[in-house]
This record gives sequence, C-alpha cells and structure tokens, in this order.
Amino acid sequence: MPMPPRFAVKVSVMATKTIRVEALTRVEGEGAVRLTLRDGRITRAQLRIFEPPRFFEALLRGRSFTEAPDITARICGICPVAYQMSAVHAMENALGLEVSGPVRDLRRLLYCGEWIESHALHITLLHAPDFLGYASGIEMAREHGDAVRRGLALKQTGNALIALLGGREVHPVTVRVGGFHRLPSKAELLALTDRLEQAREAALDTVHWTAGFEFPACDRDYTFLALQHPTEYPFNEGRIVSNRGLDIAPAEFEAHVEEHQVKHSTALHAQLRAAGAYLTGPLARYNLNFERLAPIARQAALEAGLTHRCTNPFRSIVVRAVEVLHACDEALRIIQRYEQPEDADIEIAPRAAMAIAATEAPRGLLYHRYRLAADGTITEARIVPPTSQNQAAIEEDLQCFATEYLTQPDARLRERCEQLVRNHDPCISCATHFLQLEVAGR
Amino acid sequence: MPERIVKPRLGVWKFASCDGCQLSLLDCETQLLTLSETIDIAYFPEAASRAPRGHYDLSLVEGSITTPADEARIQTVRRRSKYLVTIGACATAGGIQALRNFADIRAFSAAVYARPAYIRTLATSSPIAAHVPVDFQLHGCPVNKHQLLEVISAFLAGRRPGIATHSLCMECKSRGHPCVLVAHGTACLGPVTQAGCGAICPGCNRGCYGCFGPQDSPNTPALSEALTALGLSRAQLQRLYRTFNADAAAFRSESERHGD
Repeated sequence: MPMPPRFAVKVSVMATKTIRVEALTRVEGEGAVRLTLRDGRITRAQLRIFEPPRFFEALLRGRSFTEAPDITARICGICPVAYQMSAVHAMENALGLEVSGPVRDLRRLLYCGEWIESHALHITLLHAPDFLGYASGIEMAREHGDAVRRGLALKQTGNALIALLGGREVHPVTVRVGGFHRLPSKAELLALTDRLEQAREAALDTVHWTAGFEFPACDRDYTFLALQHPTEYPFNEGRIVSNRGLDIAPAEFEAHVEEHQVKHSTALHAQLRAAGAYLTGPLARYNLNFERLAPIARQAALEAGLTHRCTNPFRSIVVRAVEVLHACDEALRIIQRYEQPEDADIEIAPRAAMAIAATEAPRGLLYHRYRLAADGTITEARIVPPTSQNQAAIEEDLQCFATEYLTQPDARLRERCEQLVRNHDPCISCATHFLQLEVAGR
Repeated sequence: MPERIVKPRLGVWKFASCDGCQLSLLDCETQLLTLSETIDIAYFPEAASRAPRGHYDLSLVEGSITTPADEARIQTVRRRSKYLVTIGACATAGGIQALRNFADIRAFSAAVYARPAYIRTLATSSPIAAHVPVDFQLHGCPVNKHQLLEVISAFLAGRRPGIATHSLCMECKSRGHPCVLVAHGTACLGPVTQAGCGAICPGCNRGCYGCFGPQDSPNTPALSEALTALGLSRAQLQRLYRTFNADAAAFRSESERHGD
C-alpha cells in the first residue's frame, strides 16, 4: 500500500474546494486539518483527530484508587505529571486529605519542571520554526544554534527537576496518593540552584527572543477558562473561572461544560453550556492570573510588549516563555524555603466517594473524576484533557484567520493552518480516549 | 575532492501510544543535535514538517497496533526499513491499552460508550512483532534514553546493542539499594522484570511495577508465592502483572493463574 500523501487538494465541484493538511507535524499525536471552501470562502474548518483510542476510562474500572496516578500518566508522555497531579488530588479530595507544607510545595515544584520542559520543547523545537521559516528545530539549529541550544538547555533543566523528584523524566515514579514515595533532601534540591538560576536567565532571554518574532495582527474574543488561586499562579488548586464571570468549584465542572461528539474527530469537543467554545492553557491562565505571576515574569511580559491581556493566539509563544520564567522563579523560591519533612506520605483509608480535581497541565485545564467503591476500587472514570476543550476554539481560529490566507498558494496556506493549530500546542495523544468504538476485524 | 558522506536515514513512527518513548529521543537534547550531525533524521513528524519518502536505514517504532489502518501501515513501514526497532512497552508488548485483550471488547465499550462508532478499532492491542519481523525490541514504559541512544548507535555501527536482559535485581544490587521485598516486605516485580530503568522504584522505597516487562528467564510462579506470603490477594496479584506489559507472554500467563 502506498503511503498516504501528506498533502492532497481535492476539487469536487468548480466552486467548492477542500484543502487538507493530512498529517499535522510538530504536534504531539496524530491529527489533520480540513478546510471546506465555497466560492472563495471558508464554510467549514475542522481539526480532525484520528489518533487511535486507548480506552483509559474503561481500563481504569476495577483498578485500585492508588493505581490511578501511574495508569493515567500513560495517557501522555509529554505531560505525565499533570495526569498524576489531577489523579492524586482527586483521590485526596474524595478521601478527606489535604496535603500541605513541604509536600504540597514539592508537587508544585514537580509541576514547575513539567511546565519548563513541555513549554521549552514547544517553543524551541515545535513552534519557533514557524516564525523563522524552518521545517524543524533541528534544521533551525544550523542558523539559530544559540537559541536552539538555550531552549534545549532549558528543557534539560525542567527534566532534571522532574528526574530528581520523580526518578525519571517521562512517567515519574514517586508520586502517590497521600504524598510521595520518596522525598528529596534539601541538599539535593540546592544542588539544582545554579542550573535553575541559569534557566531563569535563559527564560528571560527566551521571552525577549520570541517577542521579536513577527506576529500577524489579529485578536480573538476568546472565552478563557483557567484555575484561579487567591495568591498563586495556578498549578494544583483553585476555582475554575472565566473572563465571562464563571466562578465554580472543580466539582461543578460537568454542570457547566458539556461534551459532544463530532464525526471528524476521535476526541469529544467540550463546550461551555452558556458560552460555547472556550480556550484553556497558557493564554487563559495569563489573562486570568496576570497579577499572580512572579514579579520578574510580569515585568518581562511588559518589557516584551504584552499587557495584562493577550488575545492574539500567535503571541502564545511569548506567553509560554513568560510562564517558563515564572516556573523557574517559583522553583527557586520553593527550593529556598524547603525543609525536608519526616513523613513522605500520609496513610489514607479508602471509602465510597466521588473523586474530583482539576489541575493546570502545560496545555491547560485537566479534569479528572472517579467514582470509588468502599474498598477504593474505581468503578467509573472520566477525564477531560485540555486539548478536548480547545478543539472548538482551534476550529474557530482556523475559520477566522485562514480566510485571510486564501489568496496564498495552497502550500503556504497549509503551513499557515498548521501554525494556527500549533499556536495552542495541542496534545492529541491526550485528547483521544473518548472514542466511539466500532469493532472491526472479528 | 572529499568524498561525499551519505548519512544513514532514521525514521520515527508512531502507532497507539502516549508519545513518551519518542519524547525520550527529544529528551536526549544536546545529544540529539550531535546525533543529527551523523544521521539524517528523515522522518520524525513530532519534531519536523517533512513527509515520509524513500527508505530508512533504521526505523524506530513506537506504539501498538489497534486499528485496521495501522495494521496496513506497519507493513509499509517494514518494507521501507532496513532495520526496524520497536521502542517501548506499547510496540513491544501492546502497552496498557492491551488490557482490552483481557476484556470482552463489546462489554468493555458498552460500559463506556453509548453512541455508534465513527472510527474503526480492533478488538485487541497487539505488539509490532505480531505483524512484521522486528530486528530488536527495546523494553520500557518509557524506554530509557541512554538505552535508546545505545540501540541507535549499535544499529548504525552494524553491531549488536549492548542491552542487558537479566532481572532488575542485578541492577538494584549494583546500586546498593536495600531489597524492598526482603527488607521491607514491599511487593516488587523486580525479580521477574528486565533491568534498564536504573532500579528507580526500589531506589525510591517502592516496589518495581514491571514497566520494563519480563526479563529473559522469569520465574513468575516463585515470585507469586513470595508475594502471596506477604499477604497479596489473588486479585492484587493479577493487577500487579496486568499493567503496562500485561500481554507480554510471561506476565500474561502468570496473571491468568490469579484473579478472582
């Protein structure tokens, strides 16, 4: 069988034309874009996700509540910490345990590591090549070696943080319901101080570097959704708020967000019942929590020409860099005040309960809900990852902006569409476990 | 005139997976740039906008086969590849998604999905070697990035990869960790699991959960006996063997001996 062509332009009738980007590259997972044109106008824009389903909600049934962090981590190799965090917080909320003090701090520190590595990967290897005109970060390295090395070094520091706290970079092994399997010593953490200070400098440089890119002038009237904590830039805790006045506890999420299936995607689309499509992720967090950023990150954002609001999706690359800067600074603060506690975890007794939590994955809000039996067996699971939530907004972006590019050659138009999708750093592996199933081959 | 050096071509292919193993390649960071000087990373859609074309000296395959389309695609990848190496538990043993292989897929789906299908999915998640000949299988969920670099180097140099297939216990002992099973009475799959991760779980006071899959000569019944003596129930034993390498032969057959 010949390989499917990556690009195919299908002309069905004279006035109607379908433009396809058959395999999105530089995104995590397998997806495609289809634009349907009639008389020179876009009538439909679809982000098609065809990543095979893996049925996590089904395979979690019958497992112990203690297994959820390790199993759900396997939904995504790019943001396993996010899955572990949403899972442990859901279980702890259900079982009446509040993790506080140094252990709470260490969870934020672990999340800092994931934000740093995930954002640095996206900024440097996946997104920047769009602005500078390269097919990959590796090709870009030939002429922008310093910037690529700086980004990779940042990513390495994020990974070092995860490996120190979690044992390894991908699918760390120390997170458990009730705390950690192992706590680092103060000395181990302090040993990362120099690298994190360099990373903070590199992040600052990255903010300025990305701010110098050329951005198409376009702003969108997004509905943003993110966690909000009274004093902190959000990682693990807070209420879910929007710029349209929504302010709810994570337990109320499903009352306000509905998911519906679309034929062209193997992931469900999530929409707000009241406001329709919405956006979660760095832009949403930034717009809803600007004042809670570390002073150094706020200042860098202002120097980079951002204000407290940013509604241009192309500038999300700058916002990601600002978040990396915040995460480096936050990590240094946590390390400075850390004192190793005696106990790594608190024993936790199961009971019949509903377990719900939402945390901020690098790409946005990650919602988990589990129904637990009295012995802690999971009888039902529901996971809403950020990319499911962002699909509708990404399609609206395509519909809005691609119109402007229609006069450009098809190859350029396709590049632009890919860039529009990459603006939101979709993680397609995450998004597809809500698939409808057809049994074939039996 | 200097001779023009033709770099060997590397392809990275994804099937049903979490992307974590190919991310391990990106996690090689600066080594990745060094690697790109000696080989042509010719197809790596997660990292580069280039369409697949021609043949590949080495193909790294991540993920398991779960759809009819992927059943066909892996044949094409094999034909285009001189060497094909599977990376990780999904490609090597079917991955966590192979838990469907132990369930009635219709009941499994009816329990979760209410509406009719728009996509096609196979009843099972199977490893790459069930479909095409594989030149080497690298274990791990995820793979260890140092082992990944070793495998790439070995194939490009035309030598055998130096990857140990003995149990995790060897690695654990060489690192000087106290045995969590013997000293702490913690359930640990280390004795039947292949080394390679660096014995990180015992190093963090926790039992190995088998993410590197079975070692070359696992005595699973003996381990199950020891774990039963620790107080594990039959259901717990079954769950222990059924995670990220549930359908690897040794773990599958042992898990079938336990359960409710």
